[in-house]
Amino acid sequence: MAGTSTGDSPRASSATGSTATGSTATDLTLTRPSPLVTARGLVKRFGDFVAVDNIDFDIEKGESYGFLGPNGAGKTSTMRMIACMSPLSGGTLRVLGMDPATQGPSIRSRIGLVPQEDSLDLELTVLDNLMIYGRYFDLPRNVIRERAERLLDFAQLTDRAKDKVDPLSGGMKRRLTIARSLISAPELLILDEPTTGLDPQARHLLWDRLYRLKQEGVTQIITTHYMDEAEQLCDRLAVMDHGRFAAEGSPRELIDRFATREVLELRFRIDGQQAAAAAVEDLADRTEELPDRLLLYTDDGDSALRQVHERGLRPESAIVRRGTLEDVFLRLTGRTLVD
Amino acid sequence: MGRARGLQTPPSWRALGYWAYAYKRTWRGSLATSFLFPILYLAAMGIGLGSLVDKHTHTIDHVSYLYFIAPGLLASTAMQIGTNEATYPVMGAIKWIRTYFAMLATPLSVTDVLLGTLSWIGVRLAIVSGIYLSVIAAFGVVQSPLALLAFPAAVITGLAFTAPVAAFSATCQNDQWFSAIYRFGVIPLFLFSGTFFPVSQLPAWLRPVAYATPLYHGVTLCRELVLGQVDWPLLPVHVGYLVALIVGGYLVARVTFRRRLIT
Repeated sequence: MAGTSTGDSPRASSATGSTATGSTATDLTLTRPSPLVTARGLVKRFGDFVAVDNIDFDIEKGESYGFLGPNGAGKTSTMRMIACMSPLSGGTLRVLGMDPATQGPSIRSRIGLVPQEDSLDLELTVLDNLMIYGRYFDLPRNVIRERAERLLDFAQLTDRAKDKVDPLSGGMKRRLTIARSLISAPELLILDEPTTGLDPQARHLLWDRLYRLKQEGVTQIITTHYMDEAEQLCDRLAVMDHGRFAAEGSPRELIDRFATREVLELRFRIDGQQAAAAAVEDLADRTEELPDRLLLYTDDGDSALRQVHERGLRPESAIVRRGTLEDVFLRLTGRTLVD
Repeated sequence: MGRARGLQTPPSWRALGYWAYAYKRTWRGSLATSFLFPILYLAAMGIGLGSLVDKHTHTIDHVSYLYFIAPGLLASTAMQIGTNEATYPVMGAIKWIRTYFAMLATPLSVTDVLLGTLSWIGVRLAIVSGIYLSVIAAFGVVQSPLALLAFPAAVITGLAFTAPVAAFSATCQNDQWFSAIYRFGVIPLFLFSGTFFPVSQLPAWLRPVAYATPLYHGVTLCRELVLGQVDWPLLPVHVGYLVALIVGGYLVARVTFRRRLIT
């Protein structure tokens, strides 16, 4: 165990620690700085339905990579292929330098999966859930117990260790699922919609935990349909729609490229919105009309608002805000992320 | 993580470990039932009803009714446990608790998951059959050291139901099929496969149906072994039939499990 890891580190051994002792590693691809995950022409079909339609991506060691898109965009299908739980319908995929089709168990022994739907055993205790899961990886009981103690601390569940899972809150169950996925000290953590269905407080706590993991060097792949989550957690992300990538880049790059620095949101009476839209069109680089509001993309929202007022228009409400990934998505697909 | 290869626990054992772990929460009640049921059945049917039967016929197949019915109930119980454990628990692991999906996110494969489930049910059958046999012995029914072989015979009788039923359960979208299995499968077999009266009492045209049921072979095996009256030439037929169901069921289950769990 490398001396660099601190006592409260949730990971049992750091990735650098394993390369130091990695003289037995015969896989040369590990010694090169090659991507942890590489996909070329990746396709997933269910019958006639194409869930993932020919996508390419590389995920580097240590980064947090996100798949952002609405429900049904193909995020989970992509995730399940990376986790070697779902065979490809086409293209090539390499995870940790290995082929999921033939080396699934070896890959899965080195990754952690937080599935969209929790698969905890509700009738068993929090600690039992960790013990059982650790046994699937054939870890010795004393090692699991030692790691479980640290992971429960990390997930802030220490005082619930002996309680059944069933009565725990959604946020606690989610944190337990994350703790469980870390029991094997994975190099790669895959999180499928980690905070869907959680209240804001629970989400922020979870984000904080994921950020700590990132700082410890755990590569993370995250799917989400929350643009704030993608902005908070991801170094780089792919905007996905209908199984394809609409764009890929860092959140900042994407916003710079596809949105403006500021956005003016105007709300008019429903029957007046259309007329207003025509009247303000020239005040922004671009306008977008949603069912309940009008978006004006401009680098100076305040001055645009002033001009709206100068033209005698009286919106029921007006907000100037920063451009976000939501705007990027709207621009790229013509739709909003969460309906 | 530099764990030496070769010292690994076989992956299917790790899957079995889950069931053993989960059993911790119900084992007390489960063991109590395993003792209580044979005692109640043997007391009521073997001694109570049996005294009536014996008074009128003296013997069925040259033994008293208690002796006749005890090994039959052993096989029937194995059928019920073997069937039960392959219905709701399998569906739960697919749909409700999603245990199988948790396992499949780890190094375990579909085959490991399946073998873990089947072998756990084998362990359960061994526990229940062991208890049942000891109760039968306490009632003084055991007539031969061959009765020890009734123990594996009961286990394979149960598994002959487990494997095909597990294969079927993996294709079910909801649990309404399970009550149908019980109503149209388990209960008729329980009543008409030689547990309570010899199949020779059935009308001639129905007898071949009884001979074709797995429970008939299980009951016959257990009865012959417990009473020490083995028809040796037919023994391989009984065993072969039950083992064929286990192997066939397992092979089909590999397909249905994979189809359900890997998409």
